[in-house]
Amino acid sequence: MMMMCKEATRLMSLKQDRPLTFQERISLRLHLSMCGACRECDRQFTLLHEAGEKFVPEHDPDTKVEPDKKDDPEQDDDGR
Amino acid sequence: MNDKEDRLQRLTAVRPRLVSFALMHLRDRSQAEDAVQEAMMSAIEKNESFAGRSGYETWVFGILKYKILDTMRVQKRHGRWQPLEDEDEDDAIDRQFQQNGRWQESARPSSWGEPEATFENEHFWQVFDACMIALPDNAARVFSLRELMGLSTEDICRELDIKENNCWVILHRARLRLRACIEKGWLKGETA
Repeated sequence: MMMMCKEATRLMSLKQDRPLTFQERISLRLHLSMCGACRECDRQFTLLHEAGEKFVPEHDPDTKVEPDKKDDPEQDDDGR
Repeated sequence: MNDKEDRLQRLTAVRPRLVSFALMHLRDRSQAEDAVQEAMMSAIEKNESFAGRSGYETWVFGILKYKILDTMRVQKRHGRWQPLEDEDEDDAIDRQFQQNGRWQESARPSSWGEPEATFENEHFWQVFDACMIALPDNAARVFSLRELMGLSTEDICRELDIKENNCWVILHRARLRLRACIEKGWLKGETA
């Protein structure tokens, strides 16, 4: 049975949030190999994910530090 | 390193981005302004504790994240949210697909070009911002927590008290809506 585009987009979205199962990965890959529109959608979801990361500045423009990803600020008593 | 003056200037410069970040999560202009205000005050007070491991702006965003989560909890406690569980079938999504699950001709995704070039484009960010504001509240909150704040769906579910499956459904719809909105506003130049 062939997966349709709507279902494929569900897996593309899921992929951004958790690792796909083997079965899911295979079905998605098969669908993408045949569907150009879904390949674009897949790129768009990935781009949206990267846009989210870009929104928060990773480092200052002038002080280059090695990108220290999801770095928690040294603050501890802010939760109140 | 940076002296106080310099940091104050940088705070002022980054403020608009802090506000739009907070707005995407909180969906309320005055609460967003308040959260940013508090975060900026904290940053100034704790100036000494900034160790310079990450960038200063990143550090300030980090403080704001905690303020936002706090405010969200208060919003939720005060019943300012629609129930997250009963998201109805989504017309806006269904309009992108035909009955048989294929793309509608009018909604077929097209290329957005190279990501690097896209991210350098000021207009892309304006459209992104507008499309985030146009999302339904719940979709916007979950999407922001996931993609802007970088929380795992597990953490989001704990925070919002929903099932993880529900979270994935909301995110799927949010992404489909966003992609359609951005494609319209950005490639075709329409206002979102």
